[in-house]
Amino acid sequence: MEKLNNQQIIEALQKTFGEDAVYGIGESHGILQVTTHVDNIVPMMHFLYADPILKFQFLTDLAGIHFPEAKGQELGVVYHLHSLENNVRLWIKAYAPIEAPNFPTLTGLYASANWMEREAFDFYGIIFEGHPNLIRILNVDDMDYHPMRKEYPLEDATRHDKIDEMFGR
Amino acid sequence: MSEIALVNSPNVGLDKTQKGGPYVNDLSTLNLGPTHPATHGIFQNILTMDGETIVDAEQTVGYIHRAFEKIAERRPFYQITTLTDRMNYCSSPINNMGWHLTVEKLLGIEVPKRAQYIRVIMMELARLADHIVCNSILAVDTGALTGFLYVYQWREHIYEIYEELCGARLTTNMGRFGGMERDLSKVAIEKINVLLEGLPKGLKEFEGMVMRNRIFMDRTQNVGAISAERALNYGFTGPNLRAAGVDYDVRSLNPYSSYEDFEFDVPVGTKGDTYDRFLVREEEMWQSLRIIQQAMDNLPEGPYHADAPHYYLPPKQEVYKNMEALIYHFKIVMGEIDAPVGEVYQSVEGGNGELGFYLVSDGGRTPYRLKFRRPGFIYYQAFPEMIKGSSLSDAIVTMSSMNVIAGELDT
Repeated sequence: MEKLNNQQIIEALQKTFGEDAVYGIGESHGILQVTTHVDNIVPMMHFLYADPILKFQFLTDLAGIHFPEAKGQELGVVYHLHSLENNVRLWIKAYAPIEAPNFPTLTGLYASANWMEREAFDFYGIIFEGHPNLIRILNVDDMDYHPMRKEYPLEDATRHDKIDEMFGR
Repeated sequence: MSEIALVNSPNVGLDKTQKGGPYVNDLSTLNLGPTHPATHGIFQNILTMDGETIVDAEQTVGYIHRAFEKIAERRPFYQITTLTDRMNYCSSPINNMGWHLTVEKLLGIEVPKRAQYIRVIMMELARLADHIVCNSILAVDTGALTGFLYVYQWREHIYEIYEELCGARLTTNMGRFGGMERDLSKVAIEKINVLLEGLPKGLKEFEGMVMRNRIFMDRTQNVGAISAERALNYGFTGPNLRAAGVDYDVRSLNPYSSYEDFEFDVPVGTKGDTYDRFLVREEEMWQSLRIIQQAMDNLPEGPYHADAPHYYLPPKQEVYKNMEALIYHFKIVMGEIDAPVGEVYQSVEGGNGELGFYLVSDGGRTPYRLKFRRPGFIYYQAFPEMIKGSSLSDAIVTMSSMNVIAGELDT
C-alpha cells in the first residue's frame, strides 16, 4: 500500500468541506496542520474518522493555546490526530475569541476527549459545548481564573531582583 | 478493608420497611484514597458500592499538580529537563530523552550515533525499572511479596547505572541537547554487563513464582478487561493498549534515536485484562534486555555529543581558558540563547505509553507553549468503566496493573 501523503489529506478535506473551510495549511517536520472554523470541527473529525482511506481514529492529544495579540482569535485548540494504519499525524487547529471561547465537544466521538477537554477548560477557560462534565480537573475547584492564559505572569510581579533589561530581554 | 473509610451514601436513605432488613439494596459510598497504600500514588476514587460490587466510580485527580506547563513558559529549554524528571518518576531518563529529542528536532541538531545508542540503553534501562516496579508491585497487591524482592534489587542496580551516567538516581536530568553529558564509563559498562547477566535470572525466578501461579491467575484473569476498540477510543497507549491486542509501539512505528537499528518484538495480548497487561510487561522486559545487549555489542565509536556549541555546555576546563567557551557557557547557563520559531511534536515510547511533547516556539528563550502528552492522564479516565461490576479487590489490582503514576498524571 502506498503511503498516504499530506496532499491527499488536504484534497480530501477541501473536496468535502470546500476550499474555504480549510486554511492555514502548513507542514512542520512532516506533520500536516490545517486550520478550520470552529463550526467545522465536529463534521471534520467524523469525516476523518470514518473515511475508509484516511482513518484518523486516534486522538493523541488536545492542546489549548492562547495568543493575546490575535484579536478575535485569542484562544485556540490544537487537535492532534493520528491515523495508526497509515502512520500519519495531523493537527487540526481552530480559534475562537476570548469573549466567547466556545468549541464543540468531541466526547461523542472520542472517549479520551473527556479529560483532555476538561484540562483545556481548566487552564484556558475554553468552553466545550455539550461536554458531559465540564469542571476543573487539575486545579482546585474554587479557583476563579484560568492560569495558563498569558495575562497571568508566572513570577511574582513584586520581585525586582530580575529586571529583564539587565538580561537583554 | 479496615483502612478504608466507610461512609453512608448521602443519596440513599435507609428503608427500614423493606423486606429482608434495612441494608438490602442499599448503596454505600467508599472513599478509596487520596492517600491509600494500595493506590500507589495520590488518587481519589469515590466508589459507589453495592455490597462488595462496584456500581459506579468517580475520580478526582490533581493532588500533586505543580503547573509544569506554566513554569515551562518562563524557563529556558535547559531548565525544563528537570521538570520532565518529575513526571513519570519511575522512568525519568525516557522523559529526559523525549524532551531532548523534541528540542533537537526544533533546533535541527544531528546527534552522533554513539550518543543515540547510549540513549537507547538508558531508555531501555528506564523501561526495565518501570516494568519491574509495576509488575512486582502488582504481585505484591495480590499477596506475593517474595517475588518482588527477587527483582527489586535490580531496580536499585539500574539506579546505580544512572548515577554513573548523570550523578542522580531518581530525578536524573540525564543527557543534554545534542547528546549525553558523559560517556559510558568503565564502571557503567561493567554494571550494565552485570545487569544483563543477573536480571534474567531474577526475572525467571519471579516469573516462575508468579506467572503460572493459580492464585495470581485467578486474581488477574478477566479482571479489569478492556476491548481493543474501547482502549483506542480512550486513547490508551503503551503496554495497556498492546495488552488489548493493538500492536502500536512508538519505537517501531516512528523510530527515534536509532531504534530502527535494533531487532525486537512488540508483544501483544488478546483480552486486555490485568493478566495480559502483566504478561506484556514481562515480555517487554525481555525485549528491553535484548535491545540493551544489541546496543552494547554494536556500540559505535565516536563522540558522545554533537558539535553544537550554542546548546551544548563546553567542558569546564575550557571555560577557564577559552574565550568562546566562556561566552557559550555563560549564555547557556543564563538561558540567553534564542530558539528558532517553530512547532514540533515528538513522541517517545514511555514506560506506560506514548509520551508526547508539543512545543510551540515563538523564537524566544523559552517555549511559547509546551504541552506534555502524558499517557497516564489520558488512559486513567477509563478506570471507572474497567472496574464497574467488579469487586473492590479487583479494582485494586486493575489500578495497579494500569501503571498510573501520579506525578505524570498531574504534571
